[in-house]
Amino acid sequence: MNARRILAQARFETVAVLRNGEQLLLALILPLIILIGLGRTDVLSSLSALPEGAEHIQVATAGVLGVAVASIAFTGQGIQTAFDRRYGVLRQLATTPLGAAGVIWGKLGAVLCVLVVQTALLLTAAGLLGLSFADPHWAGTVLALLAGAAALVSWGVLMAGTLRPEATLAVANLLWVLMASVGGLLFHRDGTWGTLMELLPPGALGSALRSAVVDGAIAWPSLLVLVVWAILGTLAARRWFSFD
Amino acid sequence: MSTLPLRVERIALSYGRSTAVEDVSLTAEEGRVHALLGPNGAGKSSTIACAVGLRAPQSGSISIFGMDPWTDHSRTAELTGVMLQDGGLPMSARPLTVLRHLARLYREPADVDDLVGRLGIGSFASRSIRRLSGGQRQRVGLAAALVGRPRLVFLDEPTAGLDPQARIAVDEVVQDLRAAGTAIVLTTHDMADAERLADLVTVIDHGRVIAHGTVAGLTGVDDTDVPGRTARIVLDDDAPEAALIALAEEGVVHVDGPVITVDCRPGIADLHRITGVLATHRLDARSLEFRGKSLGDVFLELTGRNLR
Repeated sequence: MNARRILAQARFETVAVLRNGEQLLLALILPLIILIGLGRTDVLSSLSALPEGAEHIQVATAGVLGVAVASIAFTGQGIQTAFDRRYGVLRQLATTPLGAAGVIWGKLGAVLCVLVVQTALLLTAAGLLGLSFADPHWAGTVLALLAGAAALVSWGVLMAGTLRPEATLAVANLLWVLMASVGGLLFHRDGTWGTLMELLPPGALGSALRSAVVDGAIAWPSLLVLVVWAILGTLAARRWFSFD
Repeated sequence: MSTLPLRVERIALSYGRSTAVEDVSLTAEEGRVHALLGPNGAGKSSTIACAVGLRAPQSGSISIFGMDPWTDHSRTAELTGVMLQDGGLPMSARPLTVLRHLARLYREPADVDDLVGRLGIGSFASRSIRRLSGGQRQRVGLAAALVGRPRLVFLDEPTAGLDPQARIAVDEVVQDLRAAGTAIVLTTHDMADAERLADLVTVIDHGRVIAHGTVAGLTGVDDTDVPGRTARIVLDDDAPEAALIALAEEGVVHVDGPVITVDCRPGIADLHRITGVLATHRLDARSLEFRGKSLGDVFLELTGRNLR
């Protein structure tokens, strides 16, 4: 593998995502709308999803960063990879000096690049909506974003490499809605459901981000859950992902 | 480099319990076009997938300029260009953007603008690939295969869906590549393409090589061990039995009313002998046509006429 080629591929894919209207809607516009909605209204309070002492904008920012990760790492990359597979793009690239592994690393690089853009934009918007940048634990936030991206992208790529693109499109969008609404990404639910969700990637990611942004702490157990899911997803993708 | 551009030796590849390639050997030489033919599911694509390093064969060996495309992929890929049948192009991107990006993946790429001009891509280079016709996409796919200035090129159905003008352009590119010493492996269902372009032909079926040789060799032009030409005679009326008996001396006779077809035996100066039979029996032919075997005829003889 060659870093120059991987960077070139990551740059190509990043530009493709940022120029694609649907991807842009999913990765930036929808998270931004959710941030404004949750940060400026009492929806979180009415759902009993506002922890004691927390501000709306803190919980909203943590949740929306999680939604942004799910948008680009799971749904966006899953759909993109599935259609690339359908049209033979993955095979074509794999025959170049970039190679099959370089194709996957390029995709991961693109996810990271878009994630940086998303995070910068959403934090800027959150700042304008009143988020204090002194409160969050930034190292914890970055760790949560990276571990969450690793876990979700591995499962997104696995889905893209095993299902038909139409099925991937449907499943990825449906799961995005479920992750955001009841999966623990945007807010924590008490009880058995909430505990169960924290063992899954979206719940663990939401929990890790809320710890970092709202409580100013690193949620090591949630990060561990994400790392385990990332390892499982990567192993499964290595076993079952097909370029054809 | 003195080693062969491509040497495939007795490879086998299975997907689970399904055998795709059982025993295929193949070589490609510099400055020559080697056509790989076979019905759908014969094992062509799997063979090529192994040759370009997309799959590792379970047995046998492959070398590209002496290197293994599976374990030494980045070096072999620098020397190899691949045109996939399904295009391999991202639909939302523009041809020029894709070609410039692909060029960045090679150490010594071709001049993209020059390639775009040669293949007539300029007029649609800034349109998204989704909006291109099949023929235009084929040309972009061909450019993608050539952007790394390869010394070995795999072309999968390069003329499928092309209009006659674009076919001529592709023919010219292939001839130019051959003249420049590039080894070309051509996979096609178009027998006319193979007959026109190939120096060597390998026919595979059920994962095995079933014929190999030059086009002339396979069609019998330079080999008397294969059947000779076919004569098709159309008379005004049904032929007398004596004439049919005489024609049967020349080969296998098929009669359909006034239409007589004779699959002549090899090595016979059939034109003179058959016209001699007609003259002897005072038969006027409305038409008389001699046809050598085409590669398509040979292909069907080898692989059968049943649909796969």
